[in-house]
Amino acid sequence: MIDLQTFNIIPVMPEIIMALMGMVLLIFAVSQGNKSYRIVSWYVVLTCITVGAILLRFPQGVSITFGGMFVTEPFAVFMKLLVLAGASLVLLMSITYMQREKIARFEYPILILFSTLGMMVMLSANDLISLYMGLELQSLPLYVLAAFNRDNLKSSEAGLKYFVLGALSSGLLLYGCSMVYGFAGTTNFIGLAEVFALEATPVAGVVVGLVFILVGLLFKISAVPFHMWSPDVYEGAPSSVTAFFAVVPKIAAIGLLIRVSMSAFGGIAEQWQQVLMLVAMGSMIVGSMAAIVQTNIKRLMAYSSIGHMGYALIGLTAASSAGVQGLLVYMMIYMFTTAGVFAIILLMVRKNMQVETIDDLAGLAQYKPLMALCMAVLMFSMAGIPPLAGFFGKLFVFQAAMAEGMYTLAIVGVLTSVIAAYYYLRIIKVMYFDSATEQLDNVEDSGSNFVMRASAFFAVVFITIAWPIVEAIHYAVDSLLFL
Amino acid sequence: MNTFPILSLITFLPLLGALFIFFINGAKQEYIDRSAKTAALFVSVFTFGASLFMYSLFKPENGDFQLIETFRWFPSLNISYKMGVDGISVLFVLLSTFLTPVCLLASWNSIKKNVKEFMIAFLILETMMIGMFCSLDIVLFYVFFEGVLIPMFIIIGVWGGPRRVYSSFKFFLYTLLGSVLMLLAILAMYLHAETSDITVLLNTNFPIQMQTWLWLAFFASFAVKMPMWPVHTWLPDAHVEAPTAGSVILAGVLLKMGGYGFLRFSVPMFPVATMEFTWLIYGLSVVAIIYTSLIALVQTDMKKLIAYSSVAHMGFVTLGIFTLTEQGMEGAVFQMLSHGIVSAALFLCVGVVYDRLHTRNIGRYGGLVNNMPKYATVFMVFMLASVGLPGTSGFVGEFLSLLGAFQVNTIVATLASTGVVLGAAYMLYLYRAVVFGPLDKDDVKKMLDLDKREITIFLPMIVLVLWMGIYPSTVLNTVAPAIKKTITYHDQGLERAEKEEKQKGDIQ
Repeated sequence: MIDLQTFNIIPVMPEIIMALMGMVLLIFAVSQGNKSYRIVSWYVVLTCITVGAILLRFPQGVSITFGGMFVTEPFAVFMKLLVLAGASLVLLMSITYMQREKIARFEYPILILFSTLGMMVMLSANDLISLYMGLELQSLPLYVLAAFNRDNLKSSEAGLKYFVLGALSSGLLLYGCSMVYGFAGTTNFIGLAEVFALEATPVAGVVVGLVFILVGLLFKISAVPFHMWSPDVYEGAPSSVTAFFAVVPKIAAIGLLIRVSMSAFGGIAEQWQQVLMLVAMGSMIVGSMAAIVQTNIKRLMAYSSIGHMGYALIGLTAASSAGVQGLLVYMMIYMFTTAGVFAIILLMVRKNMQVETIDDLAGLAQYKPLMALCMAVLMFSMAGIPPLAGFFGKLFVFQAAMAEGMYTLAIVGVLTSVIAAYYYLRIIKVMYFDSATEQLDNVEDSGSNFVMRASAFFAVVFITIAWPIVEAIHYAVDSLLFL
Repeated sequence: MNTFPILSLITFLPLLGALFIFFINGAKQEYIDRSAKTAALFVSVFTFGASLFMYSLFKPENGDFQLIETFRWFPSLNISYKMGVDGISVLFVLLSTFLTPVCLLASWNSIKKNVKEFMIAFLILETMMIGMFCSLDIVLFYVFFEGVLIPMFIIIGVWGGPRRVYSSFKFFLYTLLGSVLMLLAILAMYLHAETSDITVLLNTNFPIQMQTWLWLAFFASFAVKMPMWPVHTWLPDAHVEAPTAGSVILAGVLLKMGGYGFLRFSVPMFPVATMEFTWLIYGLSVVAIIYTSLIALVQTDMKKLIAYSSVAHMGFVTLGIFTLTEQGMEGAVFQMLSHGIVSAALFLCVGVVYDRLHTRNIGRYGGLVNNMPKYATVFMVFMLASVGLPGTSGFVGEFLSLLGAFQVNTIVATLASTGVVLGAAYMLYLYRAVVFGPLDKDDVKKMLDLDKREITIFLPMIVLVLWMGIYPSTVLNTVAPAIKKTITYHDQGLERAEKEEKQKGDIQ
């Protein structure tokens, strides 16, 4: 039996270190001004790596602290590692970009650090209160980041739009939390799980609360029908911020969604399964159809990620250990490949101006073969063509869906993946089959170049390194489900 | 047992070669191109040699899988990296390794831009093809089966003709749509049998209703790959736009993946569903044979004509496989191998004149026999083989398939036989229009006969075509035991299903 009352600070150490580092860096940066931008950025990357290293050395098993509010187990550790890796990758590729765009202010890395801290709290949340706390800590820096290019109309619009809709979803989430508390009598996840283990059919109030909570979380991962904000925000925000939006918060929100649905509301899985099934189908369909007509590559990536969230949710809808495992494999591959695509988007510069339509890539293969090759590999991977990484993500989630007899979901999934293949192929077509009118500049940006290469390399060699990764994920998922 | 992983070596040798070529760099474009070409040719010839060595280790009397290799891939999910060949697949491996150097030689001068990338794409394609024929794990099979799409898409799209974009998209999306349904079927089979090992799946009893769905899903994929009427429309487009080497490998090997799939999966694993759906296959095959032959008759584009003739020839293959008789199935395999060489050679013949005049319009040629006698002879051999003249490989395949068909359904066999006549009609028409007639066009007059490189390409193919036609036992002795085994699996499956039905009846 785990003693909830024991006050144990060890499990929270990574978060505490991170918060302290954030504050120290903030004070340092304020005293130094914007010229400290690069050094602060590198310190944030270093912090992420250090915290990741600490997490890797963490004691195995489950530890709960702060009166049951905060939990760490291999699942949380794994998700936090993903988040930290995502944040570091995005920072690596955006350091030079922000300077090129002349928005290199020291707040940028620090906001990312605090947002990442929020995500780590989210991933360890074991109570509706700590869930909300983490979620807000994560969101507030994101609103600021979206409007970071404050002299740009689109960026300000993106920030405002994201803030208004984000606040709405937070409100819904909070309302859902209060409903659940009112009807179930507890906000603790373990307590909730105990309540639902006893009653097979929950009262209506709980279900309403549950749906509100789901809405709040689905908004964060931009699943249909809560996806409206994402294309506009993706397009308006500075590209490096878009990269952050596309990669990191989604992992955290998915992790939280898994914990809420599988452990807190695991007893009433049928209630949320049907909601998630519709959401997954909608996301896959909208993601694949709407992306076809896009000309802006950032908007295209927004719809592409809506579609990917649909596939990921298939794994959760299956509500089985295999499903969650597939979902985590999917998210991991999604994170690395998306980071690579955005690194390429950041490198799309012509005459010292950032360009972002698909046609700007025309003929890329002729004058930048390596960049085109990386992009092509990532696109084929996202389309789910073997032997690249993306295929295995799809394989595992579809397998989970088939095992639970969700044939309709699986069939919709594979059919939309064919439609989605069309627009991924279109990018390859533009790069390889068309001829260049104007060339892109050669950008001195080792960070983006590194992320681009590493991510394409990952997509290619995943087939050979898949096994240990799948084993690790299996271990992480087991720790969650037997809590 | 043999411990040296010869199959993996053959499979991944081209990939290593591609990796090597990737790192070739130099100041002069000319130098890079030359080294890339030489390296690719060397690797593919060496792979062919290795595959011949592998064939010498293979014991044809034995119908089982041989040269089996297993490595851990996903141990706790029971998915492994397992390779092995039987009498059917070993010949397709040889066909792939044989045609790749031929293709590389054929594109020696005709590919002018991005030579290095072309060689890389082709070697990756070879790895995928060989891997697909060797896989004994169904997930691994799917990885290779789908992986073929990537290099082929690039080959058509980058080095193809004016409508290459349309054709490459059509090729990719058509085949992908078929395959994803097969992926779901594969997952369903895996979940039922709890393993993805093909040798185990061959002995697994799938419930009858499930068999129907699985069969249909596999059919969706293989019918597109074959291609069968009415999902064949991607083929003429892909063939016409692809560069010569692309057409050759497409006709030579890629079309065989469908037939191979039917033989490996549909027939032995889903016997009840196979029996249920033979009428469908017969119908579609007969339509394919007659209808596409008629379409071939009115073509003005040489490549399109041969592409439609491929669809017709593949009709004989599907017909042969689903007669479920020994002769029919052996005939189908023989027809696939023969078509692999003959149609590949025909596309090369088109490539020869296309390289000189840059048009595929039949009307633009005529009278080539006067200034290109060697070419006329080579073209004649393959034209007659395609028609199915006794003494060439084309005859044996068609004859055996029809022999099988006559045993099970006379009407179908009779209708299919008309395809032979129609085949003669369009091939002779093509040959007459291109090779005979007056030599009255000035640019045609200037065309030069085959050079040494082209003769080197054609000579072994002629030998093979005649050898297989005169002494087919070389091939049939290898194929027969594996076909017998396949039929045994099929019959055993039917028996098990019957027993189950009976038991159900007894209980009720």
